[in-house]
Amino acid sequence: MAGWSQHEGLAVSLPVEGVDTDQLIPARFMSAPRSEGYDKFLLHDMRRKGDELDPDFPLNRDGADGASVLVAARNFGGGSSREAAVYALYDAGFRVVIAPSFGDIFSGNAVNNGVLPALVSETDAERLHTALAEPVTLHVDLDNCRIRAGELDVPFTIDPVRRTKLINGWDDIDLTQSHAEDIAKFRERVAAERPWIFLD
Amino acid sequence: MPPLRLLDRLWEAHEVHRRDDGASLLWVDRHLVHEGSHHAFRKIAERGLSVAEPGLTTAVVDHYAPTRDRGDGGASDDIRAMIQRLEVNAKEHGIRCFDLRNPGQGIVHVIGPEQGLTLPGCLIVCGDSHTSTHGAFGALAFGIGATEVAHVLSTQTVWQVKPKAMRIRFEGELAPGVGAKDMALGWIARLGADGARGHAIEYAGAAVRNLSMEGRMTLCNLSIEGGGRFGMVAPDQVTFDYIKGRRYAPEGAELERALADWAELRTDEDAEFDREEVIDAADIAPVVTWGTSPEDALPIFDSIPDPSRLPEGRAAKVASALDYMGLTAGRPLAGTKVDQVFIGSCTNSRIEDLRAAAQVLAGRKAKVPGTVSPGSMIVKAQAEAEGLDRIFTEAGLDWVGAGCSMCVGMNGDLVPPGKRCASTTNRNFRGRQGPGARTHLMSPAMVAAAAVAGELTDVRDMLKERA
Ligand code: SF4
Repeated sequence: MAGWSQHEGLAVSLPVEGVDTDQLIPARFMSAPRSEGYDKFLLHDMRRKGDELDPDFPLNRDGADGASVLVAARNFGGGSSREAAVYALYDAGFRVVIAPSFGDIFSGNAVNNGVLPALVSETDAERLHTALAEPVTLHVDLDNCRIRAGELDVPFTIDPVRRTKLINGWDDIDLTQSHAEDIAKFRERVAAERPWIFLD
Repeated sequence: MPPLRLLDRLWEAHEVHRRDDGASLLWVDRHLVHEGSHHAFRKIAERGLSVAEPGLTTAVVDHYAPTRDRGDGGASDDIRAMIQRLEVNAKEHGIRCFDLRNPGQGIVHVIGPEQGLTLPGCLIVCGDSHTSTHGAFGALAFGIGATEVAHVLSTQTVWQVKPKAMRIRFEGELAPGVGAKDMALGWIARLGADGARGHAIEYAGAAVRNLSMEGRMTLCNLSIEGGGRFGMVAPDQVTFDYIKGRRYAPEGAELERALADWAELRTDEDAEFDREEVIDAADIAPVVTWGTSPEDALPIFDSIPDPSRLPEGRAAKVASALDYMGLTAGRPLAGTKVDQVFIGSCTNSRIEDLRAAAQVLAGRKAKVPGTVSPGSMIVKAQAEAEGLDRIFTEAGLDWVGAGCSMCVGMNGDLVPPGKRCASTTNRNFRGRQGPGARTHLMSPAMVAAAAVAGELTDVRDMLKERA
């Protein structure tokens, strides 16, 4: 995974509270292999009326093509641990999601795929939604934790551990392998102190 | 020593390393995987990695498990392929597997405790958000995503930042007919679906102490629906009695040693929490949800919210939820007609849940069709030994095999579009039980009452008739 610290991209506004992981990708699509591309599953049912794409849904509107920043509302990505929710966003081109609160497992999954979950205040979320009546290009500055578009300049927060990881594009497995000795020692401690953990 | 919280004790006992930025590398005692882990197994295969601790890993067929006709006929090709993929991965890596032929098969969060795999003081992870269930034993248990599953498979550790500590104390006593599901939906309605985000929740107070292990599991299970990734209850005699004699639990001298260790797993009297909520258990009534988030919950005697009386932003959300749910603002919740019922899922499919539903259904007929799916094949056998299956079938409900079933519909058990289902599950999200499905969450006793009445109703009236 490549690290990044600056992102510029077209942003769309999805001012709907509680877009949960079941909306992001309905369960019935999750048996598909990733190689197929998960973009077609993103918000599959929400963006349709019956079997047809709803032309009024923000992601379906003219001008939303190629968007890479999603400005969302409270409790985005709440619900299940399905990383497929992030795969759907990623494969559809999204690299940043901005919201006043996120499901915690979703945030972790996002960062593990190089997608930034940027936390903003309710007021700033409102300002962004207002500015995005039409899709607009936003500049996301991960070094300084700011989101800018023309006159607009709002701060966001992200857990510092997650921020460092995004910037460096760290892969946890690689990092952890450098602690192999600590882990082996810890295993001995567990075997001595809580031997019942190991099953025959 | 400063006073410690249960969270601090569990964290310390698993911390292999702490980085300067505050990230902790934690040792994992129990890793549970299900069919959804195919992404993670592929990730480790691509990197040529093996499973670090197959003995500490357990595979379970649940999400896609057919609940009817479990031979070849019960599943489509796609579903069969998902199940086989898990079995092949388990076999290849030497992981014990509760497959469809295993008499212990069931939902991952039901069988972990049932098999004695879930123990106090364990760190338990699973690629499933309801892993918080296992916290009922005084374990540090949380759901993880596929990248993390691959990490745990290959290293037996997981990176985490220690959450803030929150305590929810339920003081006093619950009224009859009210249980753990009502406690959980009650606090989530009060604090919101993101109310506990960033926090590990410890449940305490007399009403929690008085819960059985089943009740504590239901309470911890729903932590994630209030935004808390962790839920836990300090272990006590109720916990220890539940564990003794279970298949993978320690025994003899090792059990004695374990019990001494587990007795230390508590929060010190004078320990402080980042947040504390106190709820009077006596104020809790049977709860049902009316909307499309678990926070949309109200006591059964309340009315459906009226958007015209709400502030603008909230009004739009409520109106949209009512539109999806096909409900009329301002009408009483009780009396809302249902089309079907479902009793099952990792929230409410244990033997006590089935007993609570059967107590209401005994000698009565259901006005609407429904399905009862026990949480495991062991729960199924026990329910049959107690004659509960006959109560359900004589009432007119289907008695089927164990699995996630209509909680998520991956196995094909779906609520048809536009149909209304009274359900013991954990998520009333749009489309969760099938595209267009309308889900009302409530306790097993309340679902049983809805089945008998054909509409949402206060189970306490039915229980009174019995008394
Ligand atoms: S029963 Fe439902 S919530 Fe529980 S593990 Fe299965 S799908 Fe997830």
